[in-house]
Amino acid sequence: MSDKVIICEALTKQFGDFVAVNHISFDVGKGEIFGFLGANGAGKTTAMRILCGLSYPSSGKATVAGFDVYKQQESIKKNIGYMSQKFSLYENLTVLENIEFFGGVYGLSSAEIRRRSDRLVNKLGLTQEAKKLVGALPLGWKQKLAFSVAIFHDPQIVFLDEPTGGVDPITRRQFWDMIYEAAAAGITVFVTTHYMDEAEYCNRITVMVDGKVEALDTPGHLKAKFGVGSMDEVFYQLARGAKRSAD
Amino acid sequence: MKQLLVFIRKEFFHVFRDKRTLLIMFGLPVVQIVLFGFALTSEVKNITLTVIDQARDVNATQIINKIKSSSYFIVDESAVNYDEVTTAFKKGTAKCALIFPTGFGNDLQHAGQAQVQILTDGSDPNMAKTVVNYLTAILTAYQQEISPGTQLPYRIIPEQRMLYNEEGNGSLNFIPGVMALVLMLVCTALTSVAVVREKELGTMEILLVSPFKPLLVLLAKAVPYLVLSLANFTLILLLAVFVLDVDVKGSILLLFLVSTLFIIACLSIGLMISNTTNSQQTALLLSMMGMMIPTLIFTGFMFPLENMPWIFQWISYVVPSRWYFLIIKAVMLKGLGFSYIWKETLVLLGMTVVALAVALKNFKIRLS
Repeated sequence: MSDKVIICEALTKQFGDFVAVNHISFDVGKGEIFGFLGANGAGKTTAMRILCGLSYPSSGKATVAGFDVYKQQESIKKNIGYMSQKFSLYENLTVLENIEFFGGVYGLSSAEIRRRSDRLVNKLGLTQEAKKLVGALPLGWKQKLAFSVAIFHDPQIVFLDEPTGGVDPITRRQFWDMIYEAAAAGITVFVTTHYMDEAEYCNRITVMVDGKVEALDTPGHLKAKFGVGSMDEVFYQLARGAKRSAD
Repeated sequence: MKQLLVFIRKEFFHVFRDKRTLLIMFGLPVVQIVLFGFALTSEVKNITLTVIDQARDVNATQIINKIKSSSYFIVDESAVNYDEVTTAFKKGTAKCALIFPTGFGNDLQHAGQAQVQILTDGSDPNMAKTVVNYLTAILTAYQQEISPGTQLPYRIIPEQRMLYNEEGNGSLNFIPGVMALVLMLVCTALTSVAVVREKELGTMEILLVSPFKPLLVLLAKAVPYLVLSLANFTLILLLAVFVLDVDVKGSILLLFLVSTLFIIACLSIGLMISNTTNSQQTALLLSMMGMMIPTLIFTGFMFPLENMPWIFQWISYVVPSRWYFLIIKAVMLKGLGFSYIWKETLVLLGMTVVALAVALKNFKIRLS
């Protein structure tokens, strides 16, 4: 295997007559920040669920971290991290307990968890709050903590499903700093978002429309190709032809 | 294995930090025991008996004194005539009355027989029947006392005994019922809510994406509630023994074993419910309402199942608490061993296996 950590070939998912994901093909390189855009109902979530090992494709091929999405779902799960649009830590557990829990679920040893959580808490500046319930933290901190927990076990790839929903612009910038840091450390970031300014931060972008990949390139190339000044307009031009709407 | 322990520890944190859950879990049995043990008792004790003594002779007075000395009645002699009694009945201030006519003692001594009238409020038939029984017993006893020499040539003396409950302690029937009810409600409601809460919060997604086995998620959810339910069962047992004077006759170990089985059955039903909904409220409603009514009606501790039309009797066969109730009654109150309850236990085991299989199967389907 080369340095491609996600490879999709003609990946398709059908629910009865409805083709949620229609022959999509792309690959993602190691340490890349890969933006996955699309209107609601375009098939992003379905595609992401397949890549996370939560659902089987109907046809096509795909490997994630070198593992087959049909046969090696368990191995995929060990090698990825995931953060959803809903806040996904336990509010009535403390910061440390959350870290310990998710570290434990991914099979890290207690000593390893302690070593890494000390470092993490220091890095996030949460030393004071380490023993406080997560529910008491401000939303921005919660999101940053959730991201740190998602990559706590050093996954090869982290899937972020609209991670910055409802977060203020400053925290979003800080959040993206963390994403860059993770990517620099070699973690591939697969991110869906509805914020087009965030799309500009990605190395490459796919835009899904009605289950198909309509565009796949760097933000710069896409803007040049469509002859527009922002990703917003690129997205609008692609997505307005969509027949499906709503998730 | 370590992952499972980490998960179970997390579940315990959830339970202990959620005051509402704890309150439901341990408040419910206490409230139920107190309610069923003291308030909702079917025993007749200290009931006010209106007595009109128009005879005012030795015999009437002796009988009244006997009544007074029993623990069943509080004698009220304020009423003087029949009309007052009927008014009191209409108002509901009197439930039962005993009337001695003029010349009661005279008739008894000279004619050899005399009449008294017992009035009861038939709108409460259970109470009415009990009062008549108690009064008849007192009158019969008095009759024998005053005629010791004149034995009838043939007499049949029924010797009554309430087996397993000689004192007529009304709590006895309720305790197994309360156990079934509390365990049923607590186990199904709390487990279903615990699973659904993760779905509602979005943490279930994270767990499913993690290498943690989905089936272990259910197991980890169920274990803390199993432990807490056993603690709960112990609490009910202690309350029963020390507060309600219930005598546990059978093997404690056997009680705990069958209770564990029943708890697992309830937990499985809770998990089944959690598969059908994504909202905590629906889960709570389904398990509270959906389980409470059948448990109350079809377990047999409030209404005798034998009197129900066959269709309801058939329904009662699929209610797990019905079988648990039978087992607990047999073991706890009658002191019977496993050889007497193996059939009921087998039925309960079958139900558990089916419920658990359905819960696990549906949980798997949701993943693909």
